Amino acid sequence: MAPLLEIRDLHAEITGGRKIINGMNLTINPGEVHAIMGPNGAGKSTLSYVLSGKPGYEVTSGEVLFRGVDLLSLSPDERAAQGMFLCFQYPLEIPGVSNMAFLHTAANSQRKQRGEPELTSPELVRKVRELGKQLGIDTDMLKRPVNVGFSGGEKKRNETLQMMLLEPFLSILDEADSGLDIDALKVVSNGVNAMRSPDRSFLVITHYQRLLDYIVPDVVHVFAAGRIVHTGGKELALELEATGYAQYQNEAA
Amino acid sequence: MAAEIRLMKTAAELALADAFATLKSRLPGDAAVAARRVDAFEAFAATGLPHRRVESWKYTDLRTLLRDAPPLALLPTPEQVAGAAAACPMLAGMDLRRLYVVNGAFAPDISDLAGLESGLTITSLASALAVGDPLVATHLGQTVPSSDAALALNTAFMGDGLVISVAPGALVTRPLHLVFVATEPAAVAMFTRSLVVLGEGARLSLVESHEGPSGVAYQINTTLEAVVGDGAQLDRLKLTLEGGEALHIATLLAQVGASATFANTNFTIGGATVRNQMLVQLDGAGTEARIGGVSLLAGKQHSDTLLAMEHIAPHCQSREQFRAVVDGAAQDIFQGRISVRPGAQKTDARMMSRALLLSDTAESDNKPELEIFADDVQCGHGCTTGSLDQQVKFYLMARGIPEKEAEALLIQAFVGEVIDGIAHEGVRAALSDATRTWLIERK
Ligand SMILES: Nc1ncnc2c1ncn2[C@@H]1O[C@H](COP(=O)(O)OP(=O)(O)OP(=O)(O)O)[C@@H](O)[C@H]1O
Ligand SMILES: [Mg+2]
Repeated sequence: MAPLLEIRDLHAEITGGRKIINGMNLTINPGEVHAIMGPNGAGKSTLSYVLSGKPGYEVTSGEVLFRGVDLLSLSPDERAAQGMFLCFQYPLEIPGVSNMAFLHTAANSQRKQRGEPELTSPELVRKVRELGKQLGIDTDMLKRPVNVGFSGGEKKRNETLQMMLLEPFLSILDEADSGLDIDALKVVSNGVNAMRSPDRSFLVITHYQRLLDYIVPDVVHVFAAGRIVHTGGKELALELEATGYAQYQNEAA
Repeated sequence: MAAEIRLMKTAAELALADAFATLKSRLPGDAAVAARRVDAFEAFAATGLPHRRVESWKYTDLRTLLRDAPPLALLPTPEQVAGAAAACPMLAGMDLRRLYVVNGAFAPDISDLAGLESGLTITSLASALAVGDPLVATHLGQTVPSSDAALALNTAFMGDGLVISVAPGALVTRPLHLVFVATEPAAVAMFTRSLVVLGEGARLSLVESHEGPSGVAYQINTTLEAVVGDGAQLDRLKLTLEGGEALHIATLLAQVGASATFANTNFTIGGATVRNQMLVQLDGAGTEARIGGVSLLAGKQHSDTLLAMEHIAPHCQSREQFRAVVDGAAQDIFQGRISVRPGAQKTDARMMSRALLLSDTAESDNKPELEIFADDVQCGHGCTTGSLDQQVKFYLMARGIPEKEAEALLIQAFVGEVIDGIAHEGVRAALSDATRTWLIERK
């Protein structure tokens, strides 16, 4: 079985600034859920940005293969069309662009790039409404401009809706649990679990064991100072909750 | 050398003086009109072409820009008139009453004058001046006082245009489209003037479009005077679609009565140098005014918008929304002033102008201003200049939307803040399409 994502000795820095990713290695096979935990400022969000192609970061060495393709040579939209999805830690607001129009454009842009037939408006509206119902997003929120005036939890639900609509192979969830109440946490987790399948994988970045009670990982990594310093099973998350990161930070230094 | 003292007239000023001397006896109108022309030209001659030391023209130095004054356009040939009928394709297929002004002259042959709704009358300015039309005698040049030099030139040379009146209480449901077309392949000058008078409680929608050949440095100086009676409603959209080398100077003088509604939107996409100056006077209480503008500029285009919103009566509300998208080495200027006169208590006025720069060489000058002489008012203004939000753009791209399309989506949303306020659904869609086309053609 070919891996879905392979990161090999990745080094990356902020353009013209500090080095953040420092010799990162990670292999994710299809169907696996990997969790990444680590101290604030370790570079977890930066990793997610480098993988999704955000401008402002420079990969200085290493390589990343996604579905066998050199990921780093693709533009962000091409990565998305290849099946990469980043669930933002802080989703952005887009005044003047309705949520529905945004979802429509995104879904069909991806299909166009993959040479698949585009969805018609009624098809898309039906799909989005169905997902909205599952996630507790009402029709009014779908008409409103993307994320504008949404509460923190509503933004995260909206991210989940996008993920479920776009059906990516790899979803990177950057603190999908931050700002969520217990019910919303369940809603988002159920969304992820509903998508789990032998050919879909997830990279779940979180600070809290609680999310991993709902989205049960196959592998847990400790990420410190720009790389993975320790890897274990799902029980590692519980250990970390008790011990913190101190021992691993020494390892990283 | 003292620059403050005018030692010598420019070539353009001399040419204008010559032209006026030769033509004044041939321009339409009786002795009273002729005298007004002379007064206007003398007022112009006293100051000359506006230049950068004239505050309202600070960013558009006509004295430098107008190297020459081209000859006045001749009456169009029948072929030119026939060809003009296909103008403004972006509004084709819409049920509008089209009235054409070709090379500065009203073109009745291709204009739709059949079955005028009751209360609606339409004549040409040339014939109204010739017969001493009382409407023109009462209102032309009397709507909003101004000593602007470009307006004075317009008064001196005004040749033709449309005179439209809507009787009290008449609701004209079919919008009028005033189609101004330049077809002359050589550089010519046109001076058009129109008058719209809405009686008490009357209603009218008006689209005005201006276009001409690309690659010809023609000049148009056009003025619309509008009188909006008490309780009347006037909706106007002005499309500046001029050819790439055109100089377009447009003046709007609007005098608005009590409990009326006045909406004006400018959409500027064409022309080398475009000046839109708007003087709006809210004379009666309880009136609502919405003034908006969108300019989409590229290359070396220069668009200068001046708005003077005068709140004279109390309890009026005005909203001013301007958006500029500036690419290449283009320049957008917005100078807007809301004045609240003593006695205009309970004025509620809000102005916002925003510019989006798409290149490092694009420029925007944004000067909103408030001048308040009443104490019980709510007024605000703001302006922003910036480039596309890269974070938001990345967010769109991360969802699979290609860069150009992501930019287009954001720019459309940006101008949508003005376009979405246009009442006519078909026209609104046409402007969105025009914006989209502009974005696609953008390099
Ligand atoms: N654009 C930037 N300019 C300068 N420093 C940056 C920039 N982006 C990130 N950093 C720095 O890089 C380091 C890693 O940040 P990152 O957001 O990736 O951490 P994180 O592991 O996601 O932390 P958290 O758990 O708090 O979300 C931090 O020290 C941060 O301040
Ligand atoms: Mg983070």
